[in-house]
Amino acid sequence: MQYFQKELETMSADQKRVLQSERLVKMVKYVYENQKPYREKMDAMKLKPDDIKSIDDIYKLPYTVKQDLRDAYPFGMMARPRKDLVRLHASSATTGKLTVAGYTMNDIDVWAECAARSLVMAGADEESIIHVAYGYGLFTGGLGMHYGGEKLGACVVPASAGNTQKQIQLITDFGADIICCTPSYIIYLAEEIEKLGLKPGVDIKLKGGVFGAEAWSEGMRNDIEKRLGIRACDIYGLSEIAGPGVACDCEFKTGMHFQDDHFYPEIVDVDTLEPLPYGESGELVITTLTKEGMPLLRYRTRDIASLNADPCPCGRTTVKLNKITGRSDDMLIIRGVNVFPSQIESVLLKNPDIQPHYHINVDRVNNLDTMEIVVELSPNISIDEIGHVEEIRKKLSSDMTSALSVSAKITLVSPGTVARSEGKAKRITDKRKL
Amino acid sequence: MIKQIAVFLENKEGKASACCKVLKEADINLYALSIADTKEFGILRLITDDNEKALQVLKNAGFLSSMVELVGLEVPHKAGALSELLIDLGDGGVNVEYMYSYAEADGHAKIAFKTATPEKAIAILQSKGAKII
Repeated sequence: MQYFQKELETMSADQKRVLQSERLVKMVKYVYENQKPYREKMDAMKLKPDDIKSIDDIYKLPYTVKQDLRDAYPFGMMARPRKDLVRLHASSATTGKLTVAGYTMNDIDVWAECAARSLVMAGADEESIIHVAYGYGLFTGGLGMHYGGEKLGACVVPASAGNTQKQIQLITDFGADIICCTPSYIIYLAEEIEKLGLKPGVDIKLKGGVFGAEAWSEGMRNDIEKRLGIRACDIYGLSEIAGPGVACDCEFKTGMHFQDDHFYPEIVDVDTLEPLPYGESGELVITTLTKEGMPLLRYRTRDIASLNADPCPCGRTTVKLNKITGRSDDMLIIRGVNVFPSQIESVLLKNPDIQPHYHINVDRVNNLDTMEIVVELSPNISIDEIGHVEEIRKKLSSDMTSALSVSAKITLVSPGTVARSEGKAKRITDKRKL
Repeated sequence: MIKQIAVFLENKEGKASACCKVLKEADINLYALSIADTKEFGILRLITDDNEKALQVLKNAGFLSSMVELVGLEVPHKAGALSELLIDLGDGGVNVEYMYSYAEADGHAKIAFKTATPEKAIAILQSKGAKII
């Protein structure tokens, strides 16, 4: 199978522009009528829906940032009444409050189509058995690829995350040919498969996979492809827009094909917010063109990347997203989970036994992300027993896990030992080599 | 009751020596020293000839330190003396968190221990004729 939706994926640049323009004009009217935060923003800018006549006018529209979503928590950004929403997803926001995204049935369908297009890029077709080892839950990975696989007409194995031995058994016994998970997990799986003496191509029938929710390098891709003999595709998505499937690599890996009939990407200068031309690196900004539940105009993803419009031998004509190279905020992605230092800070501030001077050490051990939070004990506490320290650490550790949805090793140190810095504190050491 | 200083130390080279150096420079004499440690940190427990001053200089030097009161007693120099007293404490429902021995200039063996119920401990020990410090 070469394409999931040939006409949409290979339309000419002119056809694409006409489609994007029609959709944007409609979207802006819809947003103005149904989303109060946008109506207020546009009124303040004296911008009328009629001022948007084609995709070329997109730069006139206001930006949307995560804070806007937080201000509207939980449902203030929804464009549809509750009865039209069929699903809510959520991801971490800077203050520990979640960023909520509501989807209508049509939104789920569009997202599933994009995920299905992505699966085809990884080599899947209706005959495929697709093993989904992303977590199922508020996180979009699991359900996103699940619906994509079903939309394609393939057979989906909803394995979810964890229990590696069972995953390998399922992959072997069911003969999955396509797998979806984080890049660090597929490397871990590859190692375990090698340990068990299972041979790719013989015992393991995998031939392709989509791997996302974490930054990874070309080096990792080569490693995955060599060890498992598969096509390893990078997949991009974010719950605010749609989960995995917003963009994905095809077999030629010329950049991730951005599903720009539904999601319009721009790259802007991080400081001036001026739009940047193809090839230049800046912040990825996305406008939804067809979303109903929670459309977003020029949403600042905080992901740093560049776009390219070079022709791709696969025949798809979308603009392409080059690998994400970083973040314009201090968000960390730990085992696929978004973590903001401010979330860590808010947990620390609630605990009187410690003071909120901390340092975060991130590393990748055996291909799994590890996070250590070094934090100072309060000078006002009285400690003469080992048990006291262990109690403080246990409490902090469990509070941290429930706030971050990912575990962290807590190391308690004496007051005054975490390095202080003038101005912007350097609180993170990321030793992961990507 | 005896006053003890407890100091939180990370398991890093030179931490204990830095702590002792602070005390030396303040001319403080150590009567007892005990360390409880784990892989990552330790707690240094000290009894000195001037506990108030020791606490002050350690705090000034940035050490996480605190003063704790322990039950202290003199133990007769004979086999099994401590064992009997501990059995009595246990029977009386006193839980000993930690314990160590120390000596002052008079040469008598002394024991200091931490408990959540010091009054009860002292009453039991006194009823057995132990000399409380």
